[in-house]
Amino acid sequence: MQFIKDRFNYLFGSTKGLILVAIAMIGIVTATWGMLSGPMAEMGVREVVIKLLGMEIVQSEREGRIIILYHSIAMAVIAIETYMITGLLKMKEFFKTAINAIITVGYILTMIFGMGFAYFGHNWAFHGIYIFGLSLIFLAGVMLIIALWPWSKEYYVTDNQYAHTKKGVDLERVAFFTTAVTTVLSSLFGAVPGSYYGHGFETFLAENVIRYPEKTVMEYSVIGHLHIMLALIGIMLTLIIGRWLNFKGAWHKAAMPLMILGCIVLNLGVWGVVTTLEPVAHMVIYVGATPSMLAALFLLIWDWNKLIKDGTAHLAKPTILQKLGALVHDPLKFGPTWQMLFMNFTTSGIGIFMAIKLDEIFRVWPAREERIELTGHWHALSAIIATIILLYYGDMLGLKGKIRQLYGWSILILSDIALAAVTIFEMKRLFITEAEQQPLVNGLMYAIDFGLGMLLVLLATVMVWRLIDLFKPKGRWTEEAAQYLSQEVMK
Amino acid sequence: MRRLFLNLGLLAVLLASCQAVDLNAPIPTFETGIDPNTWAQVPAGEFYFGQHEDIESTDAYEIMVTDVTVSQYADFLNAALADGTVKMDGEKIVSFYPGDEYNGTKHEEKIEAGDWLFIPLDEPSQRIKFDGTTFSSQEGYANHPMTSVTWFGAWGYCKYYDARLPTEIEWEKAARGTDERPFPWGDEILRENANFYSSRDPFEDMSSFGSRTTPVGFYNGQNYDGYQTIDSASPYGLYDMAGNVWQWTGDVYEGMHYRFMRGGSKDTYDMDLRVWVRNNATPTYFSPGVGFRCVR
Repeated sequence: MQFIKDRFNYLFGSTKGLILVAIAMIGIVTATWGMLSGPMAEMGVREVVIKLLGMEIVQSEREGRIIILYHSIAMAVIAIETYMITGLLKMKEFFKTAINAIITVGYILTMIFGMGFAYFGHNWAFHGIYIFGLSLIFLAGVMLIIALWPWSKEYYVTDNQYAHTKKGVDLERVAFFTTAVTTVLSSLFGAVPGSYYGHGFETFLAENVIRYPEKTVMEYSVIGHLHIMLALIGIMLTLIIGRWLNFKGAWHKAAMPLMILGCIVLNLGVWGVVTTLEPVAHMVIYVGATPSMLAALFLLIWDWNKLIKDGTAHLAKPTILQKLGALVHDPLKFGPTWQMLFMNFTTSGIGIFMAIKLDEIFRVWPAREERIELTGHWHALSAIIATIILLYYGDMLGLKGKIRQLYGWSILILSDIALAAVTIFEMKRLFITEAEQQPLVNGLMYAIDFGLGMLLVLLATVMVWRLIDLFKPKGRWTEEAAQYLSQEVMK
Repeated sequence: MRRLFLNLGLLAVLLASCQAVDLNAPIPTFETGIDPNTWAQVPAGEFYFGQHEDIESTDAYEIMVTDVTVSQYADFLNAALADGTVKMDGEKIVSFYPGDEYNGTKHEEKIEAGDWLFIPLDEPSQRIKFDGTTFSSQEGYANHPMTSVTWFGAWGYCKYYDARLPTEIEWEKAARGTDERPFPWGDEILRENANFYSSRDPFEDMSSFGSRTTPVGFYNGQNYDGYQTIDSASPYGLYDMAGNVWQWTGDVYEGMHYRFMRGGSKDTYDMDLRVWVRNNATPTYFSPGVGFRCVR
């Protein structure tokens, strides 16, 4: 009994244990449900999985199923970010415990009962529990806002290396607070239409209605919701990575006000989509995205500069190659900001290009082509977010030496191969006709499948290792149970 | 050494990706026994429309049992060129379209009265051939659906024979009948039901040219040299209402210049073959995966 109790306390009572559980849950869902689409469907694996697991697949419910699948994975990601925040930032112990407990119950209920409802027959009690799970996550979000309140004097900072007001209000904490507040508010933009399902509001995927000139307020609300939630997950992760790396100095002072401003304006723009401001909402969104991305760029500059300085500190006059070597020496430190930069090639850059050339190029193609670009766009962003989390998790694990290099570089190279191939796939119509595309599509598919497949194998290896470790009386888990993220912030 | 193998492997994949596709690769020829000149009767009345099964109704109409074939379109061009309905503009066949009402909606583009592209003759995947005097179908493609045809080209064909393109409602009723089925033949889809992406029909080679069209009415339960199909007619006896080629529909919606297509194609996953799935493109768009049929 003590055996189980100790493991349970680690898995559900420590930050690292909670993150491990959430990553494992996401890994299981991704690996299992990934077999229902893409190359697995063509190879006939989908039918085997459906039969083996006893799934009930009704054709007309595909869109609804996918929405629940996305939410199940997203809630686990939000839980991971929340664990990181409660682990990294100062807050009352009561809040740390309560928030972690509530969001854990919330995402697990959401995931198990949501997926149970969506794929294994429509037990409406399951749907009720799924909604209850989402509500718990919302409650945890509200509690996080209270816990983060930056105007409590106990959280004031005096260290001049960190952005703060004259009075001492920690601007980084304000940025966390702003992102948390806007995340909770933006979740309502999904919750309100959600509450109208069955009362005149019908399930749809945003990428399928993109060209319709008239959309209902509820449809705009859902479209706004999905965009802003992913953006906010990205912004929050940038702040988390900044805290983990101990972002500070002039770049920090410049970045934090931009982060706060960008987050607020971006949200106002997205919320404006459901109001009479809709015609100018996109312009507001661009205005808001610019300072947010600029703040992320400042983090990147600071991080790379630091990595180079620290790595060449023992050299009097380091050469460019030595500087480059220092920059890429530790993939887990270099990786998160590199992925943020790489995102500009796979996601932001493509998005801007599409916006500029929309009517001239992309709207000349059939809607299904545009759907490929849109879904590829946010799948790539989601994948980048996942890899950044995994890079941070690798550092949390305390990986060292060759294993650290192998783990870090595998994530970076495999994911970037896959995402580069996805980007070319999205844009292929720019340089190849439909009739001639198959060899190129095959090559790109091999790259995507290889990259993502091997990434999942890597993740599975780590999870098996952690599972074996749990059976050891003095395994790594015993150390992790007593470790705090705030104590592991870079010096 | 390991690195060398990895690099060579990547190079091989890249080179394989760059190989040229033979768009005129030999194609099997099969007679399906389905006459593309036949029309099916669809009675007036209500039916379930769309994914969420709204109730809609239509008047009675007739619809072609198959997509318009390459052979039929070649015949049309020969007749229409002779009587001046269509004309050559370089390597393009064009004809007059009276234009659409323009509302100035965001992203809407003007479709003005004038000559518009019916089909391009210089498109590499065009299956209509022109020898300077006569249009004909490329060998092996006579009974395949007419593709690489714009919405104007589909509209013009139907108009020429006193018919028209189906509205989306008419198209869906013809595909679905009066029950709630997601596919024209029923609730589930198998590879032998229709021509879709990687459905492994005798016309497909995913290692080179990918998916190609199948002859109209191919999925009629017949066995083609060992390839057994399932009879996949719709409740009104229509073939290829799911897969093979997207089908242009006739609706012109206010505030949009896009034209809608239905049915999915040889290039799409099975989810796009569900009867309510919509696709759209500008009316000048053409592709080897888009065809049409008419109603009257």
